[in-house]
Amino acid sequence: MKALEPWVVGPLETFLAESAARLTLLMTTSGQVVAQHGFSRSLDVMTAAALGAGIVASTEELARLMGAARFEALVHNGQRQSCMLAAFATPRGRWIGLVVFGPETSVGIVRLFFDQMVQQLAVVAPREQAQPPMLAENFETELNASLKALFGR
Amino acid sequence: MTTTQTVLDRVTRVPGVRGALVIAATDGLVVAEQLMDGVDGQAAAALTGSLVGRLVRTAEGAAMRPPAFIHLRGDGGSVLAALGPDDLVLVAVVGPDANLGLARLEMLDAASRLA
Repeated sequence: MKALEPWVVGPLETFLAESAARLTLLMTTSGQVVAQHGFSRSLDVMTAAALGAGIVASTEELARLMGAARFEALVHNGQRQSCMLAAFATPRGRWIGLVVFGPETSVGIVRLFFDQMVQQLAVVAPREQAQPPMLAENFETELNASLKALFGR
Repeated sequence: MTTTQTVLDRVTRVPGVRGALVIAATDGLVVAEQLMDGVDGQAAAALTGSLVGRLVRTAEGAAMRPPAFIHLRGDGGSVLAALGPDDLVLVAVVGPDANLGLARLEMLDAASRLA
């Protein structure tokens, strides 16, 4: 498990231990990776982050069109492994969690401990101003810096 | 009143029962619930579903039939689970002074009616 923000490590480690998730990605709504567990290639992280952020943006727009509040979580149940995508508020802005899990755990367990992780993140987050939205001209530089920090290359 | 609500009514009428849920064991999600304040249905469903899954796999590994009823006893009460058809499990959260014998009888009968 690797995290760009050290205060994320504790809650994320607890979540990973309790939920038995195979892969986990925490990112901002613009797709900037904050922490990851289980990914071995930076390309996979980039792809997952971009797709996850896109899916959340699409579902939130769909919810708006339906006159509903935001969807809490999106779960895709597969035969060998499943995927949960959930956006949540933190003191550092709105983040997205992408969790891939297998039949050794359940969607109920993953959601239960994910919610607990969100609560713990809110408690341990440094009280600083939320980060401003990423500018297009800085995106690639920021992305490369994040991936270098997460994968060491 | 639906079958599920009838089942939950029967179980929650037993003295000492603080709440009852029907859960989907594999997913660990709540199907229906009747709970007193302070009982976290989401946590009860997730953790009981996980427990049931592990106990069923343990029994299968030991070449035994899956359990029909599970009683998890703690200092402040118990969690009871009766396995029903179609991956459904009837769960009751009971206090320390609950009538466990009556709760067990009601749950085994009620769980068989879940479908």
